[in-house]
Amino acid sequence: MKVSLTVNGDPVTAEIEDRLLLVHFLRDHLGLTGTHWGCDTSNCGTCVVWLDGEPVKSCTVLAAMAGGHEVRTVEGLERDGELDPVQQGFMQCHGLQCGFCTPGMMMTARALLDRNPSPSEGEIREAISGQICRCTGYATIVRSVQWAAAYEASQAEASQAVGSAS
Amino acid sequence: MTTLGTRPLDSFADNDQKPVGYGRMLRKEDPRFVRGLGHYCDDIQLPGMLHMAILRSPFAHARIVSIDTSRALAHPKVKAVVTGADLAEKGLAWMPTLSNDVQAVLATDKVRFQGQEVAIVVAEDRYSARDGLELIDVQYDPLPPVVDVRHALDPDAPVIRDDLEGKADNHCFDWETGDAAATQAVFDRAEVVVSQDIVYPRVHPAPMETCGCVADYDRVSGKLTLWTTSQAPHAHRTLYALVAGLPEHKIRVVSPDIGGGFGNKVPIYPGYVCAIVASLVLHKPVKWMEDRSENLISTGFARDYLMRGEIAATRDGKILAVRTNVLADHGAFNGTAAPVKYPAGFFGVFTGSYDLEAAYCHMTAVYTNKAPGGVAYACSFRITEAVYLVERMVDVLARELDMDPAELRLRNLIRPEQFPYTTKTGWVYDSGEYERALRLSMETAGYEDLRKEQAERRARGELMGIGLSFFTEAVGAGPRKDMDILGLGMADGCELTVHPTGKAVVRLSVQTQGQGHETTFAQIVAEELGIPPADIEVVHGDTDQTPFGLGTYGSRSTPVSGAAAAMVARKVRDKARIIASGMLEVSVADLEWEKGAFQVKGDPTRSVTIQDVAMRAYGAGDLPEGVEGGLQAEVCYNPENLTYPFGAYICVVDVDPGTGAVKVRKFVAIDDCGTRINEMIIEGQVHGGLTDGVGMALMEMIAFDEDGNCLSASLMDYLIPTALEVPDWQTGHTVTPSPHHPIGAKGIGESATVGSPPAVVNAIVDALAPFGIRHADMPLTPSRVWDAMQGHPLPPV
Ligand code: FES
Ligand code: FES
Repeated sequence: MKVSLTVNGDPVTAEIEDRLLLVHFLRDHLGLTGTHWGCDTSNCGTCVVWLDGEPVKSCTVLAAMAGGHEVRTVEGLERDGELDPVQQGFMQCHGLQCGFCTPGMMMTARALLDRNPSPSEGEIREAISGQICRCTGYATIVRSVQWAAAYEASQAEASQAVGSAS
Repeated sequence: MTTLGTRPLDSFADNDQKPVGYGRMLRKEDPRFVRGLGHYCDDIQLPGMLHMAILRSPFAHARIVSIDTSRALAHPKVKAVVTGADLAEKGLAWMPTLSNDVQAVLATDKVRFQGQEVAIVVAEDRYSARDGLELIDVQYDPLPPVVDVRHALDPDAPVIRDDLEGKADNHCFDWETGDAAATQAVFDRAEVVVSQDIVYPRVHPAPMETCGCVADYDRVSGKLTLWTTSQAPHAHRTLYALVAGLPEHKIRVVSPDIGGGFGNKVPIYPGYVCAIVASLVLHKPVKWMEDRSENLISTGFARDYLMRGEIAATRDGKILAVRTNVLADHGAFNGTAAPVKYPAGFFGVFTGSYDLEAAYCHMTAVYTNKAPGGVAYACSFRITEAVYLVERMVDVLARELDMDPAELRLRNLIRPEQFPYTTKTGWVYDSGEYERALRLSMETAGYEDLRKEQAERRARGELMGIGLSFFTEAVGAGPRKDMDILGLGMADGCELTVHPTGKAVVRLSVQTQGQGHETTFAQIVAEELGIPPADIEVVHGDTDQTPFGLGTYGSRSTPVSGAAAAMVARKVRDKARIIASGMLEVSVADLEWEKGAFQVKGDPTRSVTIQDVAMRAYGAGDLPEGVEGGLQAEVCYNPENLTYPFGAYICVVDVDPGTGAVKVRKFVAIDDCGTRINEMIIEGQVHGGLTDGVGMALMEMIAFDEDGNCLSASLMDYLIPTALEVPDWQTGHTVTPSPHHPIGAKGIGESATVGSPPAVVNAIVDALAPFGIRHADMPLTPSRVWDAMQGHPLPPV
């Protein structure tokens, strides 16, 4: 069957098997290997991408179901060569070790911050609780997200200050 | 120096410090990972690449009557189907394990565990390969399985390993350490003797990336390239050469980015061998990636020890001796990855951190109809089991003596002046300041206040528990006279080249699975040479580009390869010094090394930087007599002893009296891994291990039903902690350098996995003290805690 969707802002049309999972479509057909696969049962969250701005487990979505929708993956986090604050936060606070869970964690974190610019530790833990990291023990992931939140708040403040000065 | 780890939110890693050497430094590998540009095994796509899938046994024990592959072969996208019989024709149906046993690559005669490899399908794509599996028809004749390890040696137990000449039982090996008679004598005269049965259940490393490979055989050059999820690419290359008869120089093993290892990626699995065979036969690249269930049911598990612990002491709390009898479940094939002379790994350190008069262990290992493996999951070769045993026993003794467990430990820890300390089982602990670490953990946790709070809560009927553990690890295998894996000595090579412009490339024999070697090893070389870490490229994980060495597991990278990196840098520095003496026209003895530059003693205006020297080493001018051009060196480091990191952990739990659910409220971890190279990475290693420990203590277990069906075959059944089950960690450290390691560093990768389970269990048992129990086995799920609260803690087997 034919499927047309938008991936990281680019329109994509492809001929696919109807049973093809979105995660395999992204990885094997589009070469977007930043989205990972880690389980058979929708438990690990290494595959999290956005579907119309909502984090979903792409192992649990058929590529066909993404037809007509907008998908955003980790490869779409960086904008104009500038890392997203979430990406910077993960580097600053050692929010990753092997890096396998990281893309999924960052997609969830970005979605959280878009809704809630200053989440509490509990809210961050809750947000990533459908995902597993076997390396970090989560505390540094929480700090990474807090770093991004603090960074964005300081940026907003700065631009406000510039705005009121002019 | 004693410093407390800080973890307030403003203490983010700060590259502004720009350490030329040790210190907190952001990781060099992260820019690719945060962009989704890591390069893991399953990311590899080669032209014409085929996909392989494995048909696995649904039975734990069954004879194979027939295999019909015709329907699978008729599938339009299937390129090949291979069975054990096909491999047997090539002499490849069996392969050696890392512990001198053999393991079936594809079953020929019978299957010996559920999930065992029976046949493979190679097809044009992932999904078609799986379709092909559905079309293979295998007739099995089920046999009674051996599941309960306690009955494996019963006279009427079915014999699992009838493939072994003359094998008439399920006995795998017996092993002992310590002095049985001396220990008996101490027990005979001891005022207090306590014993306790303790189970360390089977658990699984379950890295987020499963195992897999891409095999690519070039029939023109005869060269095989294998990209694979391997923690030990060099060892794997040699073993493929030995097993498959491929010439070693025509094998290139590459470990690309690895999505976590934890020991799971040390063994060679049948899937790798099958993918290689498929590529050899089909002349195409072949990819194989496990699914999660395959990973959990067939690859290297960990633990699975039934232990009887005994401890002897005086009434006033002097521990005299520890004795244990262990029944070890090794599954269907002995796939333990440990130095060959250590069939029980380093379990011999079960004497813990205490000054004892005697110790003895006897172990019997058996075969059962379960997956092979045996050492994995960040255990430092069975030290996890050893530490759990002794730290539980000390708590059991504390209860018996009605003594505070911290006080009992303080009274018995090996004292600083006793190092190097030879244990009653022959291990030479290199250095330690144990009491300092334990006191720091108590201060950090506010131990006295916690005990007061506990008393108040208990009075109100609340179940709060405080658990301690003190551990010593033995890591960095190992001295080649004692330690080898299948005859390969456990030394590690390192090569360093400084280019003319002063930029360096260091080539390691070990391989990172998330530990941050690209950063840490650059820092080690930077510290020795004064070249900024950013100017040092770390090459690892590719046998064509790196010197031989045994790989990354058992926390051996820093103790062994880290030493090699420091030594090779010093060798380069020695040569640089000679060149510098020529440049400055003084004798070598008149030069002083100031991180990054040689200067003439007493005249700091006359100096040359390491970069100046590098240019001269390759330049046109004359070099001092006898000095060859270029600036590079290589070493192979053979450690003289293991390193012995240690730590003191305190865990605080609250148990819900209504449900038995355990909440880990607080966890304080004080670690001592000697010289610290990168604080940030060390803290990360500790956090990860603590989470593993909480997982094992509270939820993780590979369970089987009586037919040998694996009940933990998915992440829905094999539970791993999420962010909601673990607290924010409080870490701190002391620094007691290793006296024999070139930079004084010890391993840290597994300390927390080793040290945390007893702290958690001790805390839970402490919380449940009002119910009169003194031990409960992991995993302490709500229902099992509930059983314990009824006064009947049940073993999990
Ligand atoms: S792959 Fe595990 S949740 Fe999607
Ligand atoms: S960083 Fe390895 S799984 Fe999260």
